[in-house]
Amino acid sequence: MSEAEQIKIDLRGVTKSFGKVRVLDNLDLSVPTGKSLVVIGGSGTGKSVMIKCILGLLTPDAGSILIDGQESVGRNPNVRIEFMKKFGMLFQGAALFDSLKIWENVAFGLIHGHGMDKKEAREIAIAKIMAVGLKVDVANLYPAELSGGMQKRVGLARAVAASPEIIFFDEPTTGLDPIMADVINDLIVEQVQGLGATALSITHDMGSVRKIADYVAMIYNGRIIWKGTVDELDHSGNEYVEQFIHGRADGPITRRLV
Amino acid sequence: MTTQATDNMQESISRNPLDFILDFFASIGGGILGFLAATGRLADFTGRSVKHCFTPPFFPSQLLRQLIDIGYYSLPVVGMTTLFTGMVLALQSYTGFARFNAEGAIAGVVVLSVTRELAPVLAGLMVAGRVGAAIAAEIATMRVTEQIDALRTLSVNPFKYLIAPRLIAATLMLPVLVFVGDIIGIFGGYIVSVYSLGFSPQGFLTQAWDVMEYMDVMSGIFKAAAFGFIVAIMGCYHGFNSARGAQGVGAATTNAVVSSSILILIFNYLLTQIFFS
Repeated sequence: MSEAEQIKIDLRGVTKSFGKVRVLDNLDLSVPTGKSLVVIGGSGTGKSVMIKCILGLLTPDAGSILIDGQESVGRNPNVRIEFMKKFGMLFQGAALFDSLKIWENVAFGLIHGHGMDKKEAREIAIAKIMAVGLKVDVANLYPAELSGGMQKRVGLARAVAASPEIIFFDEPTTGLDPIMADVINDLIVEQVQGLGATALSITHDMGSVRKIADYVAMIYNGRIIWKGTVDELDHSGNEYVEQFIHGRADGPITRRLV
Repeated sequence: MTTQATDNMQESISRNPLDFILDFFASIGGGILGFLAATGRLADFTGRSVKHCFTPPFFPSQLLRQLIDIGYYSLPVVGMTTLFTGMVLALQSYTGFARFNAEGAIAGVVVLSVTRELAPVLAGLMVAGRVGAAIAAEIATMRVTEQIDALRTLSVNPFKYLIAPRLIAATLMLPVLVFVGDIIGIFGGYIVSVYSLGFSPQGFLTQAWDVMEYMDVMSGIFKAAAFGFIVAIMGCYHGFNSARGAQGVGAATTNAVVSSSILILIFNYLLTQIFFS
């Protein structure tokens, strides 16, 4: 990351434990404005916990999380809600509200979070549904009537509907076939670049990393152990990164049987 | 016998008797601490939930949906329960009172029993089974599938969107259900008394009206509001704090129904003591 780049998200010394298990251990990470950073790492290394701490869904035990230079940890709930308006999030399982129609899901944040008129929000929702490659007829269906790939597209439409400054992607291609995964990756790049947003993603999928990342960071045992540009990934010189990106069973990353 | 089993046996033989006594007290202490911690968490959750019922933003469409779901759709089950309870009460009272030539008191017994106790308690228990379980299962599923996290990321407080409408709706609708249940229950007693036991319609209604006091009905209505609050808060609490997976959702549902049923019975005694002691 160059010195001139402005930092949108800055994590300093973030620590989070559950009982005696320390999931994030003095973690430092920064994401430049308008760039896409992907965090890679094995299951249980703290990737999801890190994103939930930034979103305020979990409170870190120690450390600082700065958004646009402003501290987000320990904010009172009302300020926190305002903070959330900068964020969009695509969840691993899409997390669509099953009691609401598709257009209502996409328009939800616009109506309830941003106080937009229902008619105007519906028009934006339908435009976003079409922007992620779904037919307009889908708008009046319920989430249970869609396939996994279609639900992910709706989740993406909901994440970008309010034109957020920062978008989080939690394992965006998990559970999808390779072609649908590539379609989702293309849509992510298109939407993020179209909005000029800052993106922070977590994934195991190296195809996804190479497609959507400007920068890559690897998390291991609750710490960032390597970061660099996506072009540097293949010659990182870090044996942990080498083992992970090539998916080798042998190497410094050991799997304890639990 | 395995090595580990042998080691455990030797360890238990070599332990000082004082250790067993200390273990006994430690288990009691642990249980009490666990109970107090759970009570504290529930009290905190209840306080936050009530606060969000009175502070904007409000979600009227959600409230309307819950009013219909909890009130209107519970009417058949509450109506059936109180109808047959009133009918059985008249039959049983007749059987017992006939031994003392006190059949004339049947209308009074039906009215007092239904309005003071049976309608609010049975309606509360039926709504706990129907609504409490549904609330816990729905919110627990939303927790497990990250829909509650999604609400937060869309700048919506789940306490205001999910919990406050259910609390308000249950607290308002259970008194309405019980009032209707009172009428249906007394009507059940009337049907059996008039068409099966040979009472005159006018005699039954006159006696029922003479016996019934304002406080009999109002105490039942007030109890119903308390039971509605209990059903909703226990459903929301167990759903909101559900463990992961299908087992977590199942456990949340069971805990919601069991805990609200027990609390309804406890609070019924306490409120009766307050109203009629």
